[in-house]
Amino acid sequence: MSILVLAEHDNKTLRPATLNVIGAAKNLGGEIHVLVAGAACGAVAEAAAKCEGVTKVLKADNAPLEHQLAEDIAPLLHEQGKNYSHILAPATTHGKNVLPRAAALLDVQQISDVIVIHDAETFDRPVYAGNAIATVKSSDKIKVMTVRTTNFDAVKNSGGSGVVETINAATPNTLSSFAGQELSKSERPELTAAKIVISGGRGVGSKENFAIIEKLADKLGAAVGASRAAVDAGYVPNDYQVGQTGKIVAPNLYIAIGISGAIQHLAGMKDSKIIVAINKDGEAPIFGIADYGLVGDLFQIIPELEGKL
Amino acid sequence: MKILVPVKRVIDFNVKVRVKTDGSGVDLANVKMSMNPFDEIAVEEAVRLKEGGKATEVIVVTIGPAKAEEQLRTAMAIGADRGILVKTDAPTDLGGVEPLAVAKMLKALVEKEKPDLVIMGKQSIDDDSNQTGQMLAALLGWPQGTFASKLDIESGSLKVTREVDGGLETLSLKTPAVITTDLRLNEPRYAKLPDIMKAKKKPMETIEPSALGVDIAPRLTIVKVVEPAKRKGGIKVKTVDELIDKLKNEAKVL
Repeated sequence: MSILVLAEHDNKTLRPATLNVIGAAKNLGGEIHVLVAGAACGAVAEAAAKCEGVTKVLKADNAPLEHQLAEDIAPLLHEQGKNYSHILAPATTHGKNVLPRAAALLDVQQISDVIVIHDAETFDRPVYAGNAIATVKSSDKIKVMTVRTTNFDAVKNSGGSGVVETINAATPNTLSSFAGQELSKSERPELTAAKIVISGGRGVGSKENFAIIEKLADKLGAAVGASRAAVDAGYVPNDYQVGQTGKIVAPNLYIAIGISGAIQHLAGMKDSKIIVAINKDGEAPIFGIADYGLVGDLFQIIPELEGKL
Repeated sequence: MKILVPVKRVIDFNVKVRVKTDGSGVDLANVKMSMNPFDEIAVEEAVRLKEGGKATEVIVVTIGPAKAEEQLRTAMAIGADRGILVKTDAPTDLGGVEPLAVAKMLKALVEKEKPDLVIMGKQSIDDDSNQTGQMLAALLGWPQGTFASKLDIESGSLKVTREVDGGLETLSLKTPAVITTDLRLNEPRYAKLPDIMKAKKKPMETIEPSALGVDIAPRLTIVKVVEPAKRKGGIKVKTVDELIDKLKNEAKVL
């Protein structure tokens, strides 16, 4: 049995999500290999080889792979994946985009968002927006799965001694090409990996008002998130969204500000260690799951909180 | 340009989900069912393309029970031209027709209908797999534009803006292609009564899965379905000072 993990990276650094997926792979037993596909991604391959538990890194380094398009990565996974018992990727937008395409090429029914690994073929995954947990057993020869990274401990990014093997990157695809991107630039920690997350909802009221959330976040070294309502209202970009269809977070401390607590939002943060809710409506559903609730006007509470920390 | 829009009948997003006491699945008896919200966005997008003169025909297809005709009619009330029901009594949420099987059936339909574009929801709110569009694109050898928040049609190609973890990414895709919709692609309209009436008369074809000649046997066995561990609410504090004290000395997270 051996496991292939699809690395998440930007050609320069290995994203922390990969460390959690390697952590999940350790629960399966067997050798762990990592596929690093990209352009000028040698440093990423070296970093992956140093991760605890990794015995081999497959490096596909080719200029057309720079943006890791699904049409290029899925055939690579198809070709390399045949030699493995399991293929894992994080349940990030990249993993969600690429892995089902590879699974179909392998004629495998993928298992999405795995949160518990019982054994090599039995897994738990949330369904119905996390309102039910299904235990599923796969009869496919190769198990292809995305992993919810917040449910598995990250391995150390040192101590490993994997070998880096260069593989042929397939001929670049002619179906799709990269045309541009608008990435949010932030000095704050990554939302899915932050120890503290501060999220704002519709109650924050405007794009300008979001500055008070950001100020508090900076004081605490926290990441900033948002509810779908706040994103839809244009207060913050889409990549701030925490929830069922946005990002899943599980920090030590989650502070929900002006968020009522729709099921959709709760699905993305209810595994946080400590949840604080600040809302003017004492009946808001968010208080039903918050460890500490404070009812009141956020425009008074947040500056006071920031000042006193 | 011909557009195929696959839609799914799922539990209405406002309904409280109840897990069956025998752990076999989610109780759907006498529960309000609706079109999967992401699919509604897909129908709306296809209809707007037709209204904008970019598309000539919008075909809507569903795989599900006889009652899924309701969702086809809803799509036709929004503006789809005709419907195809692939009738099956197998569950479509868990332990029945899985995404790979759906993708295979859709592939067979694509080969028959020859659309230039397939627009579908990025995931259904029942099994939450987020796989079918990507799988269909793979099986057809078509490019994919997943989690789309903007779609521009140019001659022979598409520009798709995608919602990704770091922000937005734009891809250029050759047609034919598969697009999966994210929440912010558009806001679906409410169908007006005359359109609802008109939809009742639009053509609808019913076929059996066997007519599509693909193997749809499930690959996953549902061992059990349970409710998640409930998180208990805590306490309400009265002041900011009390909150800071609790976070520092009780929860020890600051």
